[in-house]
Amino acid sequence: MTETLMVSIYVFVLAAFVGFEVISKVPPLLHTPLMSGSNAISGITVVGSLIAAGEGHGGLSVILGMIAVIFAMINVVGGFMVTDRMLGMFKQDTSKSKQIKKAE
Amino acid sequence: MKELIYLAYLVSAVLFIMGLKLLSSPKTARRGNLLGAVGMLIAIVVTLLDKAIIDFTFILIGLVVGGGIGLLLAKRVQMTAMPQMVGLLNGFGGGASTLVAFAEYMRLSGDASLTVWTGANVSYDVLATLVLSLLIGTVTFTGSLIAFAKLQGIMRGAPILYAMQKQINAAMLLGAIVLGVLFVLDPSLWLFLIIIIAIAAILGVTSVIPIGGADMPVVISLLNSYSGLAAAMTGFVLSNNALIITGTLVGASGFILTSIMCKAMNRSLGNVLFAGVGVDYAAGETAATEQRTVVRYTPEDAAFMLENAQSVIIVPGYGLAVAQAQHVLQELASILISRGATVRYAIHPVAGRMPGHMNVLLAEANVPYDLLLEMDQINDDFQNTDVALIIGANDVVNPAARTKKSSPLYGMPILNVDYARTTMVVKRSLNPGFAGEDNDLFYEKKTMMVFGDAKSVVTNLVQVLKK
Repeated sequence: MTETLMVSIYVFVLAAFVGFEVISKVPPLLHTPLMSGSNAISGITVVGSLIAAGEGHGGLSVILGMIAVIFAMINVVGGFMVTDRMLGMFKQDTSKSKQIKKAE
Repeated sequence: MKELIYLAYLVSAVLFIMGLKLLSSPKTARRGNLLGAVGMLIAIVVTLLDKAIIDFTFILIGLVVGGGIGLLLAKRVQMTAMPQMVGLLNGFGGGASTLVAFAEYMRLSGDASLTVWTGANVSYDVLATLVLSLLIGTVTFTGSLIAFAKLQGIMRGAPILYAMQKQINAAMLLGAIVLGVLFVLDPSLWLFLIIIIAIAAILGVTSVIPIGGADMPVVISLLNSYSGLAAAMTGFVLSNNALIITGTLVGASGFILTSIMCKAMNRSLGNVLFAGVGVDYAAGETAATEQRTVVRYTPEDAAFMLENAQSVIIVPGYGLAVAQAQHVLQELASILISRGATVRYAIHPVAGRMPGHMNVLLAEANVPYDLLLEMDQINDDFQNTDVALIIGANDVVNPAARTKKSSPLYGMPILNVDYARTTMVVKRSLNPGFAGEDNDLFYEKKTMMVFGDAKSVVTNLVQVLKK
């Protein structure tokens, strides 16, 4: 058991508690944006993939790294943008009525 | 420099947590998402400063191609297709973890052709988490692709079952674990890693195909959790705490949503985890269909009823979204509100195809979110309500869940629509819902059945009420 591993396990367990605490406060109203938003931040693997793709010795691992960058970036950009799009649609009731909108 | 990078990662992790915290209210949610995006930008920029990066060509290609695809997906996707979109994103997340872990193995091995293992002193924990990262990442990748195919209609939604399914899956998982242990003891056995990836790829497929299309909310949430877990494992491999924190947050989020969905669908998590989901379906089909009669009403009758109602609760189901009737339904609600009635929407946790899906669909149709109430908030109000208007929902309002012990629905929390003074059901036919259980509600005296496509019926109601 290395020291790094111990620290990592501490971080893992504490992060799990923070996660449960924070996420259980998200109302069901926003569960879909929560999923797409958390998808976006799970694209943090991009950090590892950037290093793999940039090592420069031109081997297979660089190609794998590049594909990983692509995958992770789809997650990051797609996730954040679609979440923003969704959250932009959630509006409060301002004028209690009169907002009859023509359906297409 | 390294210290600076690690501090920047910490800032990113804090921004992610703050972002998720702001998601607790629709007023601040958008800002929260933006904070998360800023955190990600910081993480990416400081990583590019890392000395280990020598060549930026492939990075640039990756950033542009991936970012472009993501942009396109986010702009183009229809709100009804959000479950597929999230499924696909889960898959890419898992796939990225697998690839990063494997690339890291190649770096550790010290020889790009993998023929000789020259990587000295790689500790067991790095190797073990490497195996886990590959396993979970790959299962997430292929499992998500199957979930995507089912939701998108590329594959039939019906469960695919065969003999010994659970046992075969369990055996494969066990096999992968045994190979994993052998690999940890001798990390030059790279072929074992390839076999583990292959098994995981098959396992992802075989554990999602037995699950019916209607149970996809559970699967999507679970795969969401897996994708986070895979990222966390990759964090262990790279000793990168930013990955561990973030991956764990996502894992927790997916796990919480999974258990909420399980509860709302009346299934245990264990039942989901090992390919039990959807098995009940065959049993449901045996329900005897004795001839009972329902009273059919026209949209005009329904409009008259709504005209005189002081309070209306609308219960939307996925059928509403299929018929694309959200906008016209909001028009109907607006008319009723302008006539002085109280109109609210009751949202069952599994309305739609993923957690919270129905809320997004209605928000898109300009329904203010304060009118969208979750089951626990509104269930006691049905008894004081004149009309419960059910559109495109079935199982979530089936009283069999309360009374009929033999029903697959028994014990499932349902919306108490039958306590309202009048229950109005807009439905195409009397066909049972996904659980295969006939709905007694339709045959009750105070139930008004209006048959037809949700969009045309509601359009009709609007026209009559406008006169």
